[in-house]
Amino acid sequence: MTATQTSPRVLMEGSEALARAAIVAGCRFFAGYPMTPFTEVLEHFAKLLPDAGGVCINAESELEAVGMTWGALSTGARAATGSTGQGLSLMQESFSEITLAELPLVVFNMARGQQDYYQATRGGGHGDYRHIVLAPQDVTEGVELVQLAFHLADKWRNPSLVYGDYLIAHTQEALSIEPISFPDLPAKDWAVDGTLSGSGESRAVTPLGVSKFGQRALGQEGKAQYIATKLPLMEREVRVETGFVDDAETIVVAFGSPAKFVKYAINQLRAAGHRIGYIRPITLWPFPYETITDAAKGARVRRIGSFELSAGQMIDDVRIGAAGQVPVQFIGGVSTDHSGFGVGRILDVDVIRERLLALHEDRALPVIPGYEVNSYTLEPHQAEATR
Amino acid sequence: MTTTTPPPGPVLDTAHAPSVAARMVEAKKPDLLLTQEHHMCPGCGEPVAIRQFLETITQLDAVERAIGVAGIGCYTSFSGTMDVDLVQALHGRAPSVATGVKRMLPDALVFTLQGDGDMVNEGLQEVIHTAARGENVTCILLNNGVFGETGGHMTATTVLGQRTKNSIDGRDAEYHGYPILIGDLIAQLQGAAYVARGSVHNAGSVARTQKMFKRAFESQLAGEGFSFVEVLTMCPTGWFIPTAEGPDYMTETLGEVHIMGELKVDGKVHTTDELHAQNVQKQREVEEALAQGGLEKDHQRPI
Amino acid sequence: MPSSDTRLIKSRGTVTIDVDHCKGCDLCIPACPPGVLAMSTAVNHMGYRYPELYPGCTGCAACSYVCPDFVFEVFRFETPVVTEVPA
Repeated sequence: MTATQTSPRVLMEGSEALARAAIVAGCRFFAGYPMTPFTEVLEHFAKLLPDAGGVCINAESELEAVGMTWGALSTGARAATGSTGQGLSLMQESFSEITLAELPLVVFNMARGQQDYYQATRGGGHGDYRHIVLAPQDVTEGVELVQLAFHLADKWRNPSLVYGDYLIAHTQEALSIEPISFPDLPAKDWAVDGTLSGSGESRAVTPLGVSKFGQRALGQEGKAQYIATKLPLMEREVRVETGFVDDAETIVVAFGSPAKFVKYAINQLRAAGHRIGYIRPITLWPFPYETITDAAKGARVRRIGSFELSAGQMIDDVRIGAAGQVPVQFIGGVSTDHSGFGVGRILDVDVIRERLLALHEDRALPVIPGYEVNSYTLEPHQAEATR
Repeated sequence: MTTTTPPPGPVLDTAHAPSVAARMVEAKKPDLLLTQEHHMCPGCGEPVAIRQFLETITQLDAVERAIGVAGIGCYTSFSGTMDVDLVQALHGRAPSVATGVKRMLPDALVFTLQGDGDMVNEGLQEVIHTAARGENVTCILLNNGVFGETGGHMTATTVLGQRTKNSIDGRDAEYHGYPILIGDLIAQLQGAAYVARGSVHNAGSVARTQKMFKRAFESQLAGEGFSFVEVLTMCPTGWFIPTAEGPDYMTETLGEVHIMGELKVDGKVHTTDELHAQNVQKQREVEEALAQGGLEKDHQRPI
Repeated sequence: MPSSDTRLIKSRGTVTIDVDHCKGCDLCIPACPPGVLAMSTAVNHMGYRYPELYPGCTGCAACSYVCPDFVFEVFRFETPVVTEVPA
């Protein structure tokens, strides 16, 4: 997919860029509830959508926001909702069911860190489902991935989630929002608009396995089987960026805006002669397992590190990818500012470089600020496992 | 209960249409129902209510713009048999889905179909916010005072004294709290244009309810704001009574609290208490007329 | 012709009754204003009794209004039909 730059670049914050990218992709409905650091995305949609002939509703709760978006999607419109992780927690039942209803929902998670990885990739909702998860490393990539999210959601009739964060939301970059042209997609004849009411062939958009009288119904089991067999087919949409893996002794896996810091640090270390490479998943689901498996086979590879701003979630997928070939070590940690929202003390090139070097040289990792003071103390009654 | 002495005369042929000149005044089922078959219990009031609004859509010539949004309850199976474009929502969540549909398709006739458990329990905030915003949709509430589909449990509209599986000795104010009169709550909101409460316990109330559906849909089509029709329906299974006792049980329990009438029309709000007073007055007038031998109810007259 | 031990009942309307779909709920019986419906003694294939029509129907459609199972079709005669019944 390519975008050619035709209009002048304008300095704008990430929240505005993502909203504009969505509108350029044809999004005509947005509903959301304010929550830091997502709030500005809602503000920009509220300002921009009416002029684009769309509707933005300030929903009274996250649950109603996703419901309104569900309704808009059912009419065939491109529609999105979003929040930060906590708000998305409220929407999980609807996410599961929207996936069963095969609606092309786009969700923005302007996360407070990287600890929503499980929520995004495993899903906090019930049942077997997956959302395609796209994790931009900066605003520029965010503008591309938002447009890709709408295309993939329509292509597969499956929700796509854009995993942004506080940094992307509030960083200003000079951009022009150019529409990317994608391959054509079939018309949405499944959408409801009232015109087939009374015809005997009226349509239903439903997560249930029932159908209109006279049409074939999958039943609940059949519907679940249908979705279960659809999920692996979407794995072909995997996207990943790699660097310096061919001769690497150490490989670091990182996603999102922290990955950009990691790459910068790795470039510095390479210049000093250290053979460190990186793998940056761009889709968190489908996860680039094969890329990691292949990289781990490298003749020189001794270790893989997973750098994430969390207690360690993506590391599970890194371990699956490594398939036991080399040890996988967690080199990230919980790091936000004091309010819990934003960038933390380890999101710093110098700090990251020290951690990468420690991993590379098999030394103990520097302690993450706060961990010593804030660490949990095992209680006596917890010392022994209960059998 | 069933009559033990049959009316005079022979049993007439009702297997065939009349052989002498006659016109059909009532079809078997509404045009917008793909099949008459359903799995509702004997004596269920829900199909009776559903018939009325489906016929109203046809009468208003609004078929090709009708979109339904169904909640989750016994009535959900009608999602598949109503011949309207339909979006299936989650329990309680139809009003927000209806909002999204209507905002994208402002010329559509958008209605929700929900039960009391769905709308007044799980989805209370959804319907209130949708009404407050004055969304031009029509929310239809089938209120039988129980969660029918799960087997007859208490909801927010269950009345004091009503026995359900989780208020087995009758709803007790101290332990279970009080019922919500959702129509009254909604009527107070500025965004609500037409709010009415009907019932299907006898033919007269069914006819009255159909008029409410007509006014509600007309209100939506005129862009007046949020419209709402609550319909009290019988649930003999959830009420643990024989089917024939449904109408009387309704008038004695739900009907005593959730009073029939128009709660908001032409900008004026009428509280349930006002409607109750009107009904009491009407009942007094009827009883006085009967006492004076004035009400002729029996059409069966000898020539 | 009427005699001292018969009388005539006028039916202005009639119904068809879809016996096979009736679930025997009894709601049509009290709903009928002239009271010309009564439940059968026989049962249908589901085991439910169903309504039977007697002379005197007015074609008011009340039965159709209250029936949950779409059992009734209601007609009005061009000319009322008269039935002779015991007095």
